[in-house]
Amino acid sequence: MSKRLLINVFEHEHDILGATKAARENDYTIVDVFTPYAVHGLDAAQGLKKSKLPFVCFALGLTGAVAKLGFQIWTSASSWALNVGGKPFKSVPAFVPVTFEIMVLFAGVGTVLTFFMISKLRPGKKPKMNFSGATDNKFVLVLEQTDAAFDIRKIRELFEPFHLVEMEERMETTGGLLNVKEALQS
Amino acid sequence: MSEIYSTLRKPLILGNKSYADVTADIAQPLDRKPSLPWWIAFLVSFSMFILGATAVIYQLFIGIGTWGLNNTVGWAFDITNFVFWIGIGHAGTLISAILFLFRQKWRTSVNRSAEAMTIFAVMCAGIFPIIHMGRPWLAFWVIPYPNMRGPLWVNFRSPLVWDMFAISAYFTISLVFWYVGLIPDLATLRDRTVSKIKKKLYGFFSLGWNGSNKTWRHYETVYLLLAGLATPLVVSVHTIVSWDFATSVIPGWHATIFPPYFVAGAVFSGFAMVLTLMLIVRKVMHLEEYITLHHVEAMCKIIIATAGIVGMAYMTEFFTAWYSGNEYERFTFINRAFGPYAWAYWIMFSCNVFVPQLLWSKKIRTNLLFVFFIVIFINVGMWFERFVIIMTSLTRDYLPASWASYSPTSIEVATFIGSFGLFFSLFLLFARLLPMISIGEVKAVLGYGKNNQQ
Repeated sequence: MSKRLLINVFEHEHDILGATKAARENDYTIVDVFTPYAVHGLDAAQGLKKSKLPFVCFALGLTGAVAKLGFQIWTSASSWALNVGGKPFKSVPAFVPVTFEIMVLFAGVGTVLTFFMISKLRPGKKPKMNFSGATDNKFVLVLEQTDAAFDIRKIRELFEPFHLVEMEERMETTGGLLNVKEALQS
Repeated sequence: MSEIYSTLRKPLILGNKSYADVTADIAQPLDRKPSLPWWIAFLVSFSMFILGATAVIYQLFIGIGTWGLNNTVGWAFDITNFVFWIGIGHAGTLISAILFLFRQKWRTSVNRSAEAMTIFAVMCAGIFPIIHMGRPWLAFWVIPYPNMRGPLWVNFRSPLVWDMFAISAYFTISLVFWYVGLIPDLATLRDRTVSKIKKKLYGFFSLGWNGSNKTWRHYETVYLLLAGLATPLVVSVHTIVSWDFATSVIPGWHATIFPPYFVAGAVFSGFAMVLTLMLIVRKVMHLEEYITLHHVEAMCKIIIATAGIVGMAYMTEFFTAWYSGNEYERFTFINRAFGPYAWAYWIMFSCNVFVPQLLWSKKIRTNLLFVFFIVIFINVGMWFERFVIIMTSLTRDYLPASWASYSPTSIEVATFIGSFGLFFSLFLLFARLLPMISIGEVKAVLGYGKNNQQ
């Protein structure tokens, strides 16, 4: 299925914030916003919920800590218990430092890997949508044309106060993002 | 605008840059061919590295009998260098994680290079305990793995095992943190480079980043989480390094003050190294508008604060030695300040406590040449701190009959020079291959202290 997309390009942080908010308030379907840096307040403007990664991080950290503490007790007190200077086999306070390090390692590395998975980032991936300037100095708001009532002139009017610099229609197909002419030919 | 405008806030980035200017300014050095000074610096560093590598290979064949160690002094140059390099690394994490949690926005200009410095310093540090093992090809024995000897596990009650875990975790997390910070910038480079090979490489490592806000939302959370994890981690690492000493019963080492004293010292020495590098980088790479006097001053202030903590620790140690009533402890400290290694002690004390006091003066703090010399003194002083701690306690312990002396052999000095060679070679390569300043993060603070509404 091909989607008709409307690409709106802005040049300032406050413009993209305002435009995104306006689009949402007028019930347009926002596909995504592309920015060169993390713009604060854009999540709210776009209507995105808070990331749930902290819970993942907590669970991973807990797993790491429990597993490592268990492993240390098992190796030191059960698998091959060695008497080291008369210290108790289950010397839990002495196991704290390594438990802590492994907790941090699990939580940190695991959260990053989870982030890569949910955001579909992987080495060598070619991004499906990549707008020129979005990683440099342009802020791009992508809307989906959901029905026939979608009127580009109205949107142009809506974005007028936000200094819209460029507007373009594209078709999203399996072959990537095409402009309207290319899409009709294919 | 999410940024609140106040006349009290000074702009972090000078020169009224646009977003495109930031990208261009930071990415431009990567497009140019390396300059002659770069080649000279790289060849000198690389020769130093080759010298060190040769020394290491030599001592692998002959054994660590090539060092100046003896029955009494079992730790010397190698462990001094190890603690020195690990300490250097700590400033990078402090800048990237702790200052992030404290919302110190000036960190954006220096965090990338400081994190790179951390990684390279930890690599240099890692060499020393491994070659110290004497049979480094068996280094994997410190990792608990199911083996054919029982399985005989490692002793989890030993600070040396904790150290191995702490440093590997620290290295891994620092690397991950650095890489996560690099992803958006790699995408920026991918989109602007014209070279096909570079486009492919940057494209591969930028993981398909396109600046989608759906990704940014998770990205910001991940960054915050990593900062929150790295903060206690960095404190734990040098704490554990200090436990290598503090859990022993050697006079002068067996002290509860060691962890905070070591952590403060690590931050102190690390900031000195960050400033050493940054003062050169801003000049050579023309980044004066990004790493401004304000940044230098902010780092100088952290140096004053940590110099105070370090000085306080030196004096507290003396007080505790006297107050403990323990004659060995008392002797060790008198010996430290007035014994055969007194020269090293006073180099340490003057470089770390007296010299940094000059930074109280705004005139000196803003005179970059002065700052440069002061931080060099601190680098020297902090190396001597570790040397003094190890040397004075080991050469003269409980039994006068076993007292000995130590001086490094040429092999040990060559290894130390080699670690500097490795560090600077890696840093110079980094300066050529990756953006020295976080492009994305600098763009986010571009409006800081400026009234953009007008």
